[in-house]
Amino acid sequence: MRNVMKKTCIALLCAFLPLSAQAAGGGSANLEHVEIRLNDTHSLQNGAKIFVNYCLGCHSADYMRYNRLSADLDIPEEIVLRDMISSDAKIGDPMTAVMPVKKSAEWFGVTPPDLSLTGRLRDAKWLYNYFISFYVDPDSVSGWNNTVFENVAMPHVLADLQGRRTAVFTTDEDGQKKFDRFEVQTEGQMSDEEFKSAMKDLTGFLVYVGEPVKLKRVKYGIYVMLFLFVLAFLSWMLKTEYWRDIKSSH
Amino acid sequence: MSFNTWLNDRLPVGQAIKDHLTEYYAPKNFNFWYFFGALSLVVLILQIVTGILLAMNYKPDAELAFASVEYIMRDVWGGWFVRYMHSTGASFFFILIYLHMFRGLLYGSYKNPRELVWIFGMVIYIAMMATAFFGYLLPWGQMSFWGAQVIVNLFETLPIIGESLSQWIRGDYVISDITLNRFYAFHYLIPFILVGLVVLHILALHQVGSNNPDGVEIKKGPKGNQWSDTAPKDGVPFHPYYTVKDIMGLSVFLIFFFGVVFFMPEMGGYFLEQPNFEPANPLKTPEHIAPVWYFTPYYAILRAVPSLAGTQVWGVLGMGAAIAVFFFLPWLDRSPVKSVRYKGPSTRLFLIIFAITFLVLGWLGTLPPTVEYTAMSQFLSVVYFMFFFLMPCYSGTGDNKGLSGLILFIVSVLLYLGVLILWWAQTPDLALWIKTLYTVLGAGLLFYFGVKPGWIKADEIKVVPERVTG
Repeated sequence: MRNVMKKTCIALLCAFLPLSAQAAGGGSANLEHVEIRLNDTHSLQNGAKIFVNYCLGCHSADYMRYNRLSADLDIPEEIVLRDMISSDAKIGDPMTAVMPVKKSAEWFGVTPPDLSLTGRLRDAKWLYNYFISFYVDPDSVSGWNNTVFENVAMPHVLADLQGRRTAVFTTDEDGQKKFDRFEVQTEGQMSDEEFKSAMKDLTGFLVYVGEPVKLKRVKYGIYVMLFLFVLAFLSWMLKTEYWRDIKSSH
Repeated sequence: MSFNTWLNDRLPVGQAIKDHLTEYYAPKNFNFWYFFGALSLVVLILQIVTGILLAMNYKPDAELAFASVEYIMRDVWGGWFVRYMHSTGASFFFILIYLHMFRGLLYGSYKNPRELVWIFGMVIYIAMMATAFFGYLLPWGQMSFWGAQVIVNLFETLPIIGESLSQWIRGDYVISDITLNRFYAFHYLIPFILVGLVVLHILALHQVGSNNPDGVEIKKGPKGNQWSDTAPKDGVPFHPYYTVKDIMGLSVFLIFFFGVVFFMPEMGGYFLEQPNFEPANPLKTPEHIAPVWYFTPYYAILRAVPSLAGTQVWGVLGMGAAIAVFFFLPWLDRSPVKSVRYKGPSTRLFLIIFAITFLVLGWLGTLPPTVEYTAMSQFLSVVYFMFFFLMPCYSGTGDNKGLSGLILFIVSVLLYLGVLILWWAQTPDLALWIKTLYTVLGAGLLFYFGVKPGWIKADEIKVVPERVTG
């Protein structure tokens, strides 16, 4: 019975683990899988370039500073100052949108959200699929819509790159409108493959901006683990040495 | 005169070290389950130290709080590390305490003469929950705000005083800057009260001596060991034997702890919830509000209780009772033996069922309620209370359940009948087979753990050895 108890207890302990694995899920069943490349500096640099060129006009990343970007992504400060900062911001300033907040609220009906933590609020899969799922919708205010984020206020700012697409919907048995496929209206500057790769980079960049230390903490973690394994081994030896003189029998 | 003598003439430092470390004789047969008390103490200290460091950069102001947390995460040197230790520490503290409490249940550590140790422990647990609740508001994210809103609103269900009480707690009509300020004050204060409570917990423990996996009182056994002629034969000095053992336990624990800190600080959305990366917005209610995982078993019980007579206060009372009932454990357990090793099969079986029930309730508490999940929560809430209320019947030796045991048995029956009425008369959407299953299971539990050991045939208890084994 003692062994049974022991096994049961261990089983109960393990029960904690699967519980935690499924917390984040929700609503992303039909989304395309994406493998972001956080260890690939070029990918992150490209993501940063797209972000500065296409997003930073309206969206801020107010918790992210330019010099952090420069240091983490291996971009020399002169280049950041010359190519990435179009306002009068200094190198230590946060990445604030060029467009004034009040104006943007007037133009879009909502203030474009700050993107510093979007990579943590939404997961990479959602972001990537959102970027690639815009379509032309004459009924919406901006002229655009999105299959991942229905009636989103944002227009498709990357339409030049991806091209214009329309969406084809079907009706399922319950009479619900169901997305079927996209149809190309006009070609963009990028092929489908190039665009998806660029969006992967942008997604990776947003995940990085969500938690800049993510790049380093995993590396530190490996050293900490190595240290702790040695410590655990030594402390086990120490314990064994001390307990040698305690007899388990009477 | 040496400094040592000078000091000890004025303060009993040496005596305290002897009484609580070098000459405190703990049973030599502690097993795996005995690591968690010492580990909890380490995590408490870690929480206080990291908490003070965070407080140096955190701003308890509704306009600044969220940004100050991100400032800590990005601009304060090592701030992310301190913050992740604190957020991970909060969850691990509860994991450790739950395991520590389960150890108490396994080996009857709450039983005479350790009732006060158990009660101080329960007060610590409640103080911990209060600290965690106050602390969770501080990042001022969406889940912080709405979680606090939901919990404070619970007080609103109390008759007459409800509304003024919840306003008094918030200091405002809604969760606001004022609430944030006072929660910060309490979050900083309570941990120091916790330290005092831990001192009492340990003093009370050392007064009666530690229990062990056999539930044998080593102080009543033979005397004399290799260190002292008067000490229990089966005891070993806490220092160095258990200090080196606990250091080993600590280094293994730290592998898990820092594994989370460095590789998965969000722990899949359980330790840091995704919606909390968006600043609090009183105008935007999140789709699904759930408390942090360590509160979810009680949250599931809260939601399981339906409103009755136009008020939802019953759920709040049910949740309160689910926590309060632990206090009575020393008197509910009528078994002549302490350890699960020698208790009867019903006790052992119900303990396993209870542990599973607690975990499943915790899981249910994180989910949006559906008819099926609610029915499951209702059934498991009844099982939760049956574990305690039927204890005088199944733990006793038949005739020692007493009048209180009979009353608690009747309460269990009424609880069971209550959910039966709920399912069969008021939940038409619930599938017939589920209703039937829960009805049969509930009746089975009542019979197997209540009627049979209480009135037909008592559980068979094994003979406890005179000395500790292993």
